[in-house]
Amino acid sequence: MGAVFQPIPPRPAPVRTEGVVPWIRANLFGDVKSGIATLVILALGLYYLPGFFKWAVFNAVLVTDANACQAARGTGACWAVVVEKFRLIVFGRYPYEQQWRPELATLILLALLVASCIRYFWKPWLTLAWVVVVPAFFMLMGGGWFGLESVPTDQWGGLPLTIMLATFGIVLAYPLAIVVALGRRSTLPAIRTLCIVYIELVRGVPLISVLFMASFMFPLFMPVGKTPDVLLRVLAGITLFSAAYLAEVVRGGLQAIPKGQIEAAQSLGLTYWQTQRKIVLPQALAMVVPGIMNSFIAIFKDTSLVTIVSLYELTGALGLALNSDANWRPFKIEGSLFITLIYFAFCFAMSRYSLWIEKQLNVSRKR
Amino acid sequence: MARRGPPKRRDWSWRSQAVRGIVYQLIAVAAVGLTVWYLAHNTLANMAARGIQSGFDFLRTPAGFDIGESLIPYDALDPYWKAFAVGVLNTLRVALIGVVLATVLGTLLGVGRFARNAIVRGLCYAYVEFFRNVPVLLQLLMWYLILTDVLPPLADAISVGGVIFLSNNGFKFPVPVWGLGQALAGVGGALGVVLAWLYRRWAIRQFELTGRVRSLVLVPIAIVIAAATAGWIAGGAPTAWSVPKIDGFLVEGGATATPEFLAVLMGLVLYTSAFIAEVVRAGINSVSHGQVEAALSLGLTRGQTMRLVILPQALRVIIPPMTSQYLNLTKNSSLAVAIGYPDVVSIANTALNQTGRAVECIAIIMAVYLTTSLSTAAFMNWYNRRAAIKER
Repeated sequence: MGAVFQPIPPRPAPVRTEGVVPWIRANLFGDVKSGIATLVILALGLYYLPGFFKWAVFNAVLVTDANACQAARGTGACWAVVVEKFRLIVFGRYPYEQQWRPELATLILLALLVASCIRYFWKPWLTLAWVVVVPAFFMLMGGGWFGLESVPTDQWGGLPLTIMLATFGIVLAYPLAIVVALGRRSTLPAIRTLCIVYIELVRGVPLISVLFMASFMFPLFMPVGKTPDVLLRVLAGITLFSAAYLAEVVRGGLQAIPKGQIEAAQSLGLTYWQTQRKIVLPQALAMVVPGIMNSFIAIFKDTSLVTIVSLYELTGALGLALNSDANWRPFKIEGSLFITLIYFAFCFAMSRYSLWIEKQLNVSRKR
Repeated sequence: MARRGPPKRRDWSWRSQAVRGIVYQLIAVAAVGLTVWYLAHNTLANMAARGIQSGFDFLRTPAGFDIGESLIPYDALDPYWKAFAVGVLNTLRVALIGVVLATVLGTLLGVGRFARNAIVRGLCYAYVEFFRNVPVLLQLLMWYLILTDVLPPLADAISVGGVIFLSNNGFKFPVPVWGLGQALAGVGGALGVVLAWLYRRWAIRQFELTGRVRSLVLVPIAIVIAAATAGWIAGGAPTAWSVPKIDGFLVEGGATATPEFLAVLMGLVLYTSAFIAEVVRAGINSVSHGQVEAALSLGLTRGQTMRLVILPQALRVIIPPMTSQYLNLTKNSSLAVAIGYPDVVSIANTALNQTGRAVECIAIIMAVYLTTSLSTAAFMNWYNRRAAIKER
């Protein structure tokens, strides 16, 4: 009697772990708590979002008519305020007919900034480009050359001023920061102490006190009868401030260089400055690019503080545009949302870049 | 005959590194000294030319301006030093409350980035990216605008249960009437903290001796609560509350948080918590997964794993950047001047405009912030040393 062949029952198909449905099951309804959270958040969204969209999109007023905005107040957003005051918000008090100049100057500066952020362009001529572009920027903005009308610095404003203060604040602070960072790691006690005192003093006080100093005390520091330009004073304040933070970033890079590198350089007979210039700094500075980028984002946001010492950059220009106009003043929230979006776009893009370059720089260290 | 090396001679030439070092240092100190002297000389000359008086003697003269909110009794006839004291207290108040709230919110957001639920994860990510990429000054201005423009006037205040009122005049809420009971409860609470600390020490020693685990969190909390309640009952168990009552344009009773204070607090907390969330996330990420697996295989529960294994290690990574976030929050509280919250910068600004003593007023601002920054840094460094890895 032969045994009858009995096939075992087939195994169930493996649980699908890819695709939309399994993703939803794992990520939205993974367990009871997670399921409840999903439902609660969805319910809240369904309850509040339609009202928000109604306000922001469907009932929004785009016609530049203050009365229409007044009528829609509370039910619809008045984006018309942005349309009406666009030039004033973005360019501040810069003379209306001349506004192509800050536009062009800022575009050139931004192009150079973007180029400086791409590794392919990290070549000697980039420094040369900076040397050319910086004076060109000031000549375009200030005028008084080639038949351009002269525009005093207290009329500069809006987004160009924000970008300018942030860029030059960092670019001018950079060399100072490198010197101070090297000084802080120096073996000479007097130099080290001076650098530590400078860094800790500046990092211990808020930017606003430095700006107050720039606007009230710097005039007293100058020889009697001379008062430097307010923009120059504020720029000097921002530079001294960001240099202290940047110095700490650079120090992080310096500390990451293995001691063997320095000892090898010394045993080859390189002097201190040769060691720093040819061996230490190229490695250290490449390593801290993300940190420098974060400092740049911080300074970009911090430039909004100069409005407190009456320079009208983006935040100040908004107040300038709306505070004096009784028709449009009630719609300051819409205006604020608009500049919030501008700041966010710039800062978010820069933080993404910072992450990207970090990955790029790590490629060479991974094998 | 023992060989002797060449006699040690100090080389006073330029080739000696020691000599060069001394020369460089002398040059640096001289340059800094000369700069300071030059600036001071110019300042004195300028002050003489413009007839500006100097010195801190103005601190004793009457300030002559009112301050919107104050923790200590103050009026316009009080001297400047008292106005500054009010400003410092206001700064510390908003900074302390802000630090606590930002830590709680930031930790929740940071942990939320690891949630199983994708929507929670996404919302935490969106929050962090949005709030940290918009200038804090703009956020303060927006909150102030919302609190004063969008909220209804006092007469039609939004009421929560008839005891809490929200209007463009601020946030009114009930407070207990101060009395013997509250005072004794405070004393009892303080006593309870001491008792709880003693209990914790005893429990840890017992654990090390016998291996028996005692509750190190719930029991101490219970001790503090019990002690405070005992004090409250000993004081006659007062239950009187001062509830705000709106009568036309006036409010009676209760306590008020002004729109200025709320705007500064909200702006600082929401901004800083985005950064703290990133700090917490990095800290948790830094603990390797093997630690969790090892803890679980030793039989620790999930809660114990978190408390005894993950957090102590994550804290080491978290504390230094957290310190700088606390300091940033304190320094950012100086932006209160933009919306008229009377913090120390705002008071100094008013004093500066009234007396013209720029150097003195700015020196006071810097001294206040330097003291807070350095003492916070010292405290956190001490805490950091305690939490650091003890290596042999």
